[in-house]
Amino acid sequence: MATTACFIIVSRNDIPIYEAEVGSATKREDAAQLHQFILHAALDIVQDLAWTTSAMFLKAIDRFNDLVVSVYVTAGHTRLMLLHDSRNDDGIKSFFQEVHELYIKILLNPLYLPGSRITSSQFDTKVRALARKYL
Amino acid sequence: MAPVAPRSGDAIFASVERVNAELFTLTYGAIVRQLLTDLEEVEEVNKQLDQMGYNIGIRLIDEFLAKSNVARCVDFKETAEVIAKVGFKMFLGVTASVSNWDADGTCCSIVLEDNPLVDFVELPDTCQGLYYCNVLSGVIRGALEMVSMKTEVTWVRDMLRGDDAFELQVKLLKQVPEEYPYKDDE
Repeated sequence: MATTACFIIVSRNDIPIYEAEVGSATKREDAAQLHQFILHAALDIVQDLAWTTSAMFLKAIDRFNDLVVSVYVTAGHTRLMLLHDSRNDDGIKSFFQEVHELYIKILLNPLYLPGSRITSSQFDTKVRALARKYL
Repeated sequence: MAPVAPRSGDAIFASVERVNAELFTLTYGAIVRQLLTDLEEVEEVNKQLDQMGYNIGIRLIDEFLAKSNVARCVDFKETAEVIAKVGFKMFLGVTASVSNWDADGTCCSIVLEDNPLVDFVELPDTCQGLYYCNVLSGVIRGALEMVSMKTEVTWVRDMLRGDDAFELQVKLLKQVPEEYPYKDDE
């Protein structure tokens, strides 16, 4: 079953530091830009919602046609946002938790400036593998 | 007084005060990052790390000899073995191995399988020429100079550049005989 999914990590200054299309459907040219637009529009909602709850995983916070936006906020207000069309809440939660662990390892690299783009190809490979496993 | 037997690296490591490994790794990482910000040139940073290692080494040798009670080394081969097995174990908690001896016994390789300085580190594209652990080469050079051996230490393999282990090549340039500081006829 083909799923569309777009995963973006946005820093606390609202700058995207990592993006990946992790769905198994074929990618269309305009789809990528549409996905990023939807995720950007959801940022306002995330900002308000993040202060209302102490949980890190905010479930589905926004919808667009049949696509749902789910967000996971880290302690440093880095947002892991996923745009998807499936309904697999537990899988998405586990996916976010594992990516959070990978992100912490990147932060521990002294040569990485927090808030800058994540360029490590190892991180990219691992995120895609996790996406295939959980989504 | 009866001579005290030399202690093994494990025994000394268990008895000295230790610091949290992550704190050590993060502190060293902060030093390297600050050097990169201040000096901007990767070559300059390499030189500074080596100089810092040298300053550490000339002081470290005294603590090493005091804690480990090793007897005078007969030749350079024994020196290298002592550095790898006792020295690295005592200060970093890892055991290194010695290999690749050349024909006259003046040049060898010390191989480190794991290295606490580089946990979590990945070299970004802007720092490709950086020898992240260059402080270690300075430490060995400084320590050996205080025991009258002039050496040259270079990196052969570096895990941050894709190799499978860290390998340091230690080359003995010359043995400097101990000089008596006062002239006899004065």
